[in-house]
Amino acid sequence: MSDLSPLRLWRRFLALPNESRAKTLGVAFMVATVSALAVSVTSVTLKPRQEAHLAAAREARLAEMIAALPGMGDILRETGADTLDAVVVDLTSGQIAQDVDAAGFDFLAAQTDPAQTVALSPAQDIATIGRRPTLAPVYLLRGDGGLVLVVLPVYGTGYQSTLRAYLALSADLATIAGLSIYEQAETPGLGSRITDPAWQATWAGTETRGPSGDIVISLVRGAANGPTEIDGISGATRSATGVVQMVQFWLGPDGFGPFLSSLRLGGVK
Amino acid sequence: MNRSSLRHLTAPLIDNNPITLQMLGICSALAVTTSMSTALTMSLALTAVLTAGSASISLIRRHLPQSIRLVVQITIIASFVIVADQILRAFAFEMSQRLSVFVGLIVTNCIVLGRAEAFAMRNPVWPSVLDGIGNGLGYSLILMIVAAFREGLGTGTLFGVTVLPLASDGGWFQPLGVMLLAPSAFFIIAMLIWVIRTMRPSQVEADDFPIHDPTASNLP
Repeated sequence: MSDLSPLRLWRRFLALPNESRAKTLGVAFMVATVSALAVSVTSVTLKPRQEAHLAAAREARLAEMIAALPGMGDILRETGADTLDAVVVDLTSGQIAQDVDAAGFDFLAAQTDPAQTVALSPAQDIATIGRRPTLAPVYLLRGDGGLVLVVLPVYGTGYQSTLRAYLALSADLATIAGLSIYEQAETPGLGSRITDPAWQATWAGTETRGPSGDIVISLVRGAANGPTEIDGISGATRSATGVVQMVQFWLGPDGFGPFLSSLRLGGVK
Repeated sequence: MNRSSLRHLTAPLIDNNPITLQMLGICSALAVTTSMSTALTMSLALTAVLTAGSASISLIRRHLPQSIRLVVQITIIASFVIVADQILRAFAFEMSQRLSVFVGLIVTNCIVLGRAEAFAMRNPVWPSVLDGIGNGLGYSLILMIVAAFREGLGTGTLFGVTVLPLASDGGWFQPLGVMLLAPSAFFIIAMLIWVIRTMRPSQVEADDFPIHDPTASNLP
């Protein structure tokens, strides 16, 4: 057993007859090892690039989805936002939940999961949703000069159905840039007039915060005559009230309020 | 490069083309030829895999036990295919989305295993590399011709550049929708085979099942 040098063992291995069991096993093992190594190395080295592409594709899909909402596309074009970040926000602390993957977060499921919601007292519950999720996604659109638009997914109860909408806030985080109700089942022809683009367009430019920082928007009968007022819709009073309450709730302290204040103070990266 | 090694490279282009003579790789030739750019990417990927696979298999051909020959060959080819697919995903993401599974399906492309088994197992590395490149180019040639017809007549563009202005955009060309469907690739490949075999009658195969002609028959 003097010839234990690896080179000599290798030569002896190669000299084995091809059909011998040792050589068959040896060749199979070596081919498998080399192939596995090649595949793993490629996969691991290229993973960051691939993930970046996937993230960009997801972002593009999301931007497309938001741009497809009536009214939102125009806002996106006007504000010139070019990058869109989806983040998941802890509504209580107002901070971004860094450990939650925004792409995989299912907001709809989180709204009904008892483990992911907290109960609201009747006084808090102005949007009549009963329980509020602890986490919610927020879409931040950035342009050349920093943040241009914050898009918040909101929901609440109207006259007879759950209303779901995207609420876009301008860079000052106080002025509404747009509201787009994308899901409702209010009375057709009456309550469903909340989806009327002309009415939704009146939301743009509405100021939501009073001098002391509280949410001041209100629904008025007839024509609105101040920057914090929203026109009522005759025949859709309760549905329109539902929309206003939904916005009041989600901008308020139990909704995105803490997040918006920390964003305003620069406490969110 | 002497004459015989050059022959390894050029023979598969027309004389021994993998698609039109050996009838291999038809599946992907149908699937990726709706546009020139996907066909080109697929051709490059297949040529790369075929060349690398042939070279590696030829390198270890003397030490391949017969009993696991095919398994080893397909393992090597599959590894190269995965590597090619990963590279496409990292550096040509859009294209890899459009090619979807077809890059991964190179592993089942008969050309690759066919050349490994028929050529690389019996020849040294350098001729095997040339044979791999040659067959890859032969496949690419047919793919590009088919894609040129399909994209050109189907959408009036080549590589996305308008060559035939569409009637819908104020031009004169009415696109042929059928060209974007898979059967059109069959028609085009069949016509290519017809043209090639008219020029090279030696490629015409003997009729396995001649149709019985009753008029010239042996009626008593």
